[in-house]
Amino acid sequence: MSQGRSPILELNQITKAFGGVEALRGVDFALHAGEIHGLVGENGAGKSTLMKIIAGVHPEFSGRFMLDGKETRFRSTRDAHAAGIGMVHQELSVAPDLTVAENVFLGNQPTNRLGFVQWRRMAREAGEQLSRFGIDVDPMTRLGDLPIGLQQLIEIARVLFSGARIIILDEPTSALSPPEVERLFTTLQKLRDEGTSIVFISHFIEDILRVSDVVTVFRNGRKIAATASADTTKGALIEAMIGRGGEKLEHSYTDDLMLPQSGAGSVVLKVDQLSLRRSLQDVSFEARAGEVLGIYGFMGCGQLELSRILFGKLRPDGGTLAVDGAAKTFRSTAAARRAGIALVPESRRAMLFHQEPVYKNISISILERISALLLKPVRERAIAQRQVEQLQIRPPVVGLDLGMLSGGNQQKVALAKWLAYPPRLLVLCEPTRGMDVGAKNDVINIVRDLRAKGLAIIVLSTEPETVLSLADRILVLKRGAVVREFAGEAVSKDRLLEAA
Amino acid sequence: MTSSDSATTPADHQRSRGLAPFLRSQMRNIAPFLTLIFLSAFFAIASPSFATIDNVGNILTQVSVTGIIAVGLTFVILCAEIDLSIASIANVTGIAVAYFTLQESYVNIANVPMPGFAAILLALALCALLGLVNALGLTIIGIPSFIMTLAMMQIAAGVSALLVRGQIAYKVPPLITTLGSGSIGGIPWIVIVAAVMLLGGHLVLTYTRFGRYVYMVGGNREAAEFAGLNVKLILGSVMVISAVCSGIGGMLGVAHFGSAQQNEFDTYLLDSIAAVVVGGTSLFGGRGGIGNTIVGLFVLGVLNNGLDHVNIDSFLKILIRGLILLAALIINVYAQRLREQAAD
Repeated sequence: MSQGRSPILELNQITKAFGGVEALRGVDFALHAGEIHGLVGENGAGKSTLMKIIAGVHPEFSGRFMLDGKETRFRSTRDAHAAGIGMVHQELSVAPDLTVAENVFLGNQPTNRLGFVQWRRMAREAGEQLSRFGIDVDPMTRLGDLPIGLQQLIEIARVLFSGARIIILDEPTSALSPPEVERLFTTLQKLRDEGTSIVFISHFIEDILRVSDVVTVFRNGRKIAATASADTTKGALIEAMIGRGGEKLEHSYTDDLMLPQSGAGSVVLKVDQLSLRRSLQDVSFEARAGEVLGIYGFMGCGQLELSRILFGKLRPDGGTLAVDGAAKTFRSTAAARRAGIALVPESRRAMLFHQEPVYKNISISILERISALLLKPVRERAIAQRQVEQLQIRPPVVGLDLGMLSGGNQQKVALAKWLAYPPRLLVLCEPTRGMDVGAKNDVINIVRDLRAKGLAIIVLSTEPETVLSLADRILVLKRGAVVREFAGEAVSKDRLLEAA
Repeated sequence: MTSSDSATTPADHQRSRGLAPFLRSQMRNIAPFLTLIFLSAFFAIASPSFATIDNVGNILTQVSVTGIIAVGLTFVILCAEIDLSIASIANVTGIAVAYFTLQESYVNIANVPMPGFAAILLALALCALLGLVNALGLTIIGIPSFIMTLAMMQIAAGVSALLVRGQIAYKVPPLITTLGSGSIGGIPWIVIVAAVMLLGGHLVLTYTRFGRYVYMVGGNREAAEFAGLNVKLILGSVMVISAVCSGIGGMLGVAHFGSAQQNEFDTYLLDSIAAVVVGGTSLFGGRGGIGNTIVGLFVLGVLNNGLDHVNIDSFLKILIRGLILLAALIINVYAQRLREQAAD
């Protein structure tokens, strides 16, 4: 829409590598004044990396960076800020213990000549700005007391009203409710009409198509396409994001995959109308013995919260949980474990003891069973050794500190811990994230073995491949609610993305 | 974000297993031991009266009360928590056991005389109760242990004050008198009690399931919770253990000093924390143990005792103790960093 005029920001042949892995390869990107520019691509496609280069987060890269037709190089986010570039990062970066007003003016509070903060002026101006954005809160409340969605809106508002002429929003809508999204879009369009340029990264393709003028698609660190939003469709964008043809070594799941007709066993877990503040709304499902239930959704869709509730780490606000038909309220993770539920969380730091040997990491869940009072180190090591051999953990030395193992092998240790237990229901969060193909396949095989042994398994992931490679039945979670179930029918990556 | 995730495959899987990395990973245990040897050698040369059998006996007796209190504190620090109420709880327990014992007529305390065993049981129940309050504040209400036990320090001191009202009591039950100030075959009972309790603590930490849980909770609390451990129960238990150990130390201490009065144990707070930390138990939890605490006790004991044997300004002693403690803390933090580097 702004064709003919020269762009205010122009990047040529940008390449950026992290420790030998190229995150961006020769990417061109142009942003015009008064334009909302949508960016889409899978996790790790390079969108965020490119934006972090623009915002000065990554000062090291190769390629040409032109701002207002002049070659520029930011050494820090401060430089980018001074040049009028503001970014809202995917992860909330607010100061929860400061007031709303302080957060809005973070880093440039209005002061008088002596350098004292002018509290009243700050509160008044913050209040005015926020109400322009349709947010009605007392500027002197502590930010952390507000719901997450509102905190996110306030962070966005801070950047929007910072006077920046280029604003980058990385996944801004994932924690917002539909009316809040609406409000954000109205403000973005108003700012655009006033001449501000906005880059909008999102997994929600409908949002991108609705609000942006131009869309750029990334895949594997490359820019695949850039088109006017009016000239494209959700289907076409998804296709460009995933890429047809044998580009990847792995199964790409672009073609339809038949989910099996239900041949599963008894219901192990029944979840009814589970709700948690702004994270989950009336989530109901069943997990059956001998079946892998996949739960797919974008980051922030409520998966993590759901997994924590199942394992007794979070308490739901409403709804019920039943294991083998008996209603349960877990007061602790220990109670969930005793009820036969196991969780492998998404972060290895959160599930393993890096300074302890492998066997202690494996035996921790079974100590209660093998030792009443005194430890039985010989038995412990024997059980651990068996698991290490079964899962082909390398090196197969149970006395080695866990920190010495590679990431994929650590992930296997986390599984081994629960295989020795073993649970009735195994909940896996992002079981193959960040793994190479070999380790991924190992994990897939382990999960299939467990299913054959009659465990009920729930796999939660933001990666469609993970869910498609493992699940017999798939639920799609969107903004805390189950929006679609795939069972006994054809499913593909397109369809999953379409539903989410 | 995601792009940097995929880049986490450093190629240094085969680590050299030479002597240097081993020593670096063991620095936490080696450094305090070297300090002990160095201090002992220094005082042995500087003073002819230091390295004698008699004096070794003195040192053992001098560290006994600290040692008894430090057993429980080791559990707490291994869980990456702290207990600042140990000295106050020791004091109130010591006062309580005297309060329930018949005092001489000139002692002006409105006490409640009871048979010896009842007095001991009541005193033990009191310290366990105070520990339980610490435990509930920490786990159920969620008050950080630093603040919770700071409050308990005041509460216990307040109870002590109310019981003795500025007076001094002298009598404690015969069993406590024997254990606190008697000896058998030339060995003071209090040293034997300290040794037995340290040994017991070591056995619990090393050979029981509970001990393993203490290390796991201290090593990575989140992972412990994700492994389905009842983290709150474990944290609560260590607070009670700490209070009971302090109470035993307090009762024997009162017998050892021969009197029960307000503020009698004030120096034991810092001494006990110093013994645990100087010994090399990590303030971040999960590393160390009773073995470290024993070394730490001896470092402090040798230092305190040795400074009395050399001709030194008694005011300078305080400063020297502070500097040694600082050095130990620096080593503690530094050792943690080295280990983390080795594990990453």
